[in-house]
Amino acid sequence: MNAEQVTKCEGAKGMIAMTGFRIRNQRALVSGALFVAFAVFFYVAGRDYPMGTAAKMGPGYFPRLLTFILGGIGLAVMAGAVTPKAELRALAKWDFKGLLWITGSVMLFAFLLYPLGFVVSLLVLVLVSSKASHEFTWKGALANAAVLTLLCVAVFVYGLGLQFPLWPTLFN
Amino acid sequence: MDFLHNLSIGFSTAFQLTNLLYAFLGCLLGTLIGVLPGLGPLATIAMLLPITYALPPEAALIMLAGIYYGAQYGGSTTAIVVNLPGESSSVVTTIDGYQMAKQGRAGVALSTAAIGSFFAGCVATLALAALAGPLAATALLFGPKEFFALMILGLVVASVLSSGPFIEGIGMVVLGMLLSLVGTDISTGTQRFAFGIPQLFDGLDFVPLAMGIFGFAEIVKNLEQDDKLSLVTQKIANLFPTREDFRRMIPAILRGTALGTILGVLPGGGAVLSSFASYTLEKKLSKYPEQFGKGAIEGVAGPESANNAGAQTSFIPLLTLGVPSNVVMALMVGAMNIHNIQPGPQVMTKNPSLFWGLIASMWVGNLMLVILNLPLVGLWVKLLTIPYRYLFPAIMVFCSIGVFSINGGTFEVYEAALFCVLGYLLMKLELPAAPLLLGLVLGPAIEENFRRAMVLSRGDVTAFVTSPLSASLLAAVAVAVILIALPNIRSGRAEALKE
Repeated sequence: MNAEQVTKCEGAKGMIAMTGFRIRNQRALVSGALFVAFAVFFYVAGRDYPMGTAAKMGPGYFPRLLTFILGGIGLAVMAGAVTPKAELRALAKWDFKGLLWITGSVMLFAFLLYPLGFVVSLLVLVLVSSKASHEFTWKGALANAAVLTLLCVAVFVYGLGLQFPLWPTLFN
Repeated sequence: MDFLHNLSIGFSTAFQLTNLLYAFLGCLLGTLIGVLPGLGPLATIAMLLPITYALPPEAALIMLAGIYYGAQYGGSTTAIVVNLPGESSSVVTTIDGYQMAKQGRAGVALSTAAIGSFFAGCVATLALAALAGPLAATALLFGPKEFFALMILGLVVASVLSSGPFIEGIGMVVLGMLLSLVGTDISTGTQRFAFGIPQLFDGLDFVPLAMGIFGFAEIVKNLEQDDKLSLVTQKIANLFPTREDFRRMIPAILRGTALGTILGVLPGGGAVLSSFASYTLEKKLSKYPEQFGKGAIEGVAGPESANNAGAQTSFIPLLTLGVPSNVVMALMVGAMNIHNIQPGPQVMTKNPSLFWGLIASMWVGNLMLVILNLPLVGLWVKLLTIPYRYLFPAIMVFCSIGVFSINGGTFEVYEAALFCVLGYLLMKLELPAAPLLLGLVLGPAIEENFRRAMVLSRGDVTAFVTSPLSASLLAAVAVAVILIALPNIRSGRAEALKE
């Protein structure tokens, strides 16, 4: 067993000690719960679609069939996680910081593209996403942003002729 | 006679200047991303998909295909030289390839991989040309029942071959199918799961989804682990294998090619599975099993031939039956849709120059790849010295622009950001994302065929088992499920699919 696996097992044992309930495989339990949650969501969202009959299916027939299958699979996965023979597994740790910088930079790009144009939003995208790295330096990120923006303007706007608002709308 | 005639149509298309140019571009890009770890053919193809809109369909598909099989070449280079698989299909090559490099035989390992890949590429091209006709003819006999059964078979086998427990793979397939229902129901015109958002009326586009999961979320994951590269600093001198090397590599190449050609055609198969299977086979058959893991040339020759053959023959089910066998092929469906080409048996009759041109371009591309790879090894290895902190923002930029250019709107970019979070969640839960994407792509066709089959049988479900063709396909599904439930096979599968 390597160090990572040991911590995973310890985490699961701690969970069992704390809750007094035998959840041996936390990973599988949450995975199963995720399936059930999606099944419930789609069932509720699609509850008004007419079912029709097997020979003449309405728009609700196939989705509802799928939600039952998915819900069943989810419950089976959850049941497997709490059997005494299940593998001991804790949940993996999340790196929220990295996730936030990466998704945040993409959303900022989308948000800034129309008011501020291609050049500014690309610079922002590179700078903000670079922050996700442990080895971030301002000098490196700025240089990278400049090079990538120039390259993209040359390739996508002038080379391939994609339609982008290049500069902030104020200047047009 | 037909065979030669078709090949001549193919080669005349493949040798047109623009197509040669795009084949070259695809191979070059494929090698590049194959060398770079953390950027796979999947994200690259998804990224370039919207841009291919401006190209003629032949050039677009030729380029995208080149990226896929080109990545197999590039992936092996880094596997051998720096013990870092550029692609998951090169994972096994690191075992013996890197050992050979440490013994000063990096050059021999690289040329073995290139010779094996080239030979496999040629055979797979011929297999594709020979098998396509009969298979497409079979597909014409298929009705809705049979297509439904075939797609279920594909999805089940894909889940069997994905990592993690089988039942979770199936769960991901079903979830993907549910997501595919978003948008207007084609039979009744009802809006389903669109929540009044106009951008969702046409359904969830799979490019933002693929990009979020395989592009952005992958980056978050890569940033968590900071692996340091262990570069082999010695010069790559002697490229030429000795007579003894040839004696040992030739049977391995032949076996790897045969295995890859077969496994590539299977639904759920492709490059990754083929390379793993070949390594296991070579180790079992070898007269020198003790040398495996210590630089056995068979351990490079077999898997490298197999992954290339598998990459190419995985086009067979897509082009003849219209069923993508893996996620890269699912993206090829998207590429064909952009150009209003319906993948399936009719491609061959309606667009012969596209069909045969694509096949012939694979052979041409393989030739280009040998030339691109062997003399330029030094250059490719240099690329690895680019630190990831400069590389990943570049991937982010290309992905974001790619997503934006699907419809020229920012909605898809937000969608990709959302799927990045979902992708990260799936990674942390170790749920396989590939079956989700396959479910998303095949979902509408499955519903459509299911509906039609039920209309034809007047609501009688037993129709699926009374037709011999669909019954045997469904029997194959049952066999796959039963096999996976057997404890022996289950543990063997866990071993083989461990990454």
